[in-house]
Amino acid sequence: MKHLKYLILGVLFGIIMVKSEAISWYRIQEMFRFQSFHMYGIIGVAVATGAIGLWIFKSIKLRDIQGNLIQLPDKKFEIQRYLLGGTIFGLGWALAGSCPGPLFVSLGYGYSPMILLIVSAIAGTWAYGFVRK
Amino acid sequence: MNTKLIEILMAPWPWYISGFLIGLLMLGLVFLGKTFAFSSNFRTICAACGAGKFIPFFDFDWKSQIWNLIFLLGAILGGHLGMHLQPEAFTPTLSASLSNDLQAMGLEAPQGMHPKELLGAEIWNSPGKILVLILAGFFIGFGTRYAGGCTSGHAITGLSNLQLPSLIAVMGFFIGGLVMTHFILPFILPLL
Repeated sequence: MKHLKYLILGVLFGIIMVKSEAISWYRIQEMFRFQSFHMYGIIGVAVATGAIGLWIFKSIKLRDIQGNLIQLPDKKFEIQRYLLGGTIFGLGWALAGSCPGPLFVSLGYGYSPMILLIVSAIAGTWAYGFVRK
Repeated sequence: MNTKLIEILMAPWPWYISGFLIGLLMLGLVFLGKTFAFSSNFRTICAACGAGKFIPFFDFDWKSQIWNLIFLLGAILGGHLGMHLQPEAFTPTLSASLSNDLQAMGLEAPQGMHPKELLGAEIWNSPGKILVLILAGFFIGFGTRYAGGCTSGHAITGLSNLQLPSLIAVMGFFIGGLVMTHFILPFILPLL
């Protein structure tokens, strides 16, 4: 099954999110209250690891498993969309204490109200598609 | 299995290990020709439910994104497995000042991963809490799509790829998060 590797990576993602405690509402509150270095450390090390890795991938002209040269597309520069969209997401992030991935991880962990957040997030995305020009 | 290994897995993981593993996971997806972009799944789910018939934004080849839905399914399973890799009723070791602030907002001392008053099964009996969670989810779904990504796509992948738009988006995440944490939560939490 060609999708098995994504299932395995997803399972690893879920385990890492639990064990890092990044799914925890409390950890997100600590982050936005500047009361702990924990989340900043996780995000900082993840970005540093990713940046060094991507730099190596590009310098050695690595090809992905489909044989394509690894090149992440540049995002188009714009301010309003990223700042405003980001702010709206941030409001939800701090209230729910979860970003999209952890909503699903916490559901698996056993928090049933995550269903409510997931369904309304799908509705929110639908609403964005609806009002978008 | 090796008991030493189980001991290491069961103990809380230090932030630098978790961060490193998340970075590797992102690189792994890139090597497979994909990107680490979790919130895209919400758009894919809308498209898979047929929203593309009415709204052009959802009229795309969503089947090319099935890999990400499988990843999502894995995340749910991983959450369940991860729970078994914790001591029973695990609570993160949090800062003392957080507990004080939570108490001031009328929450009990931290227990588990989330406060039961806001995310425990008891919320199903409270229309007010249900409404607040619906709003939170709506903001997450609307905001991530408007900004074109969430923590995985912008904060991890975008910043690693030195994308200025992602930095602006992450600044937005923090503006929204700080406003909610410091100016809105202290007023709505005691009401719930």
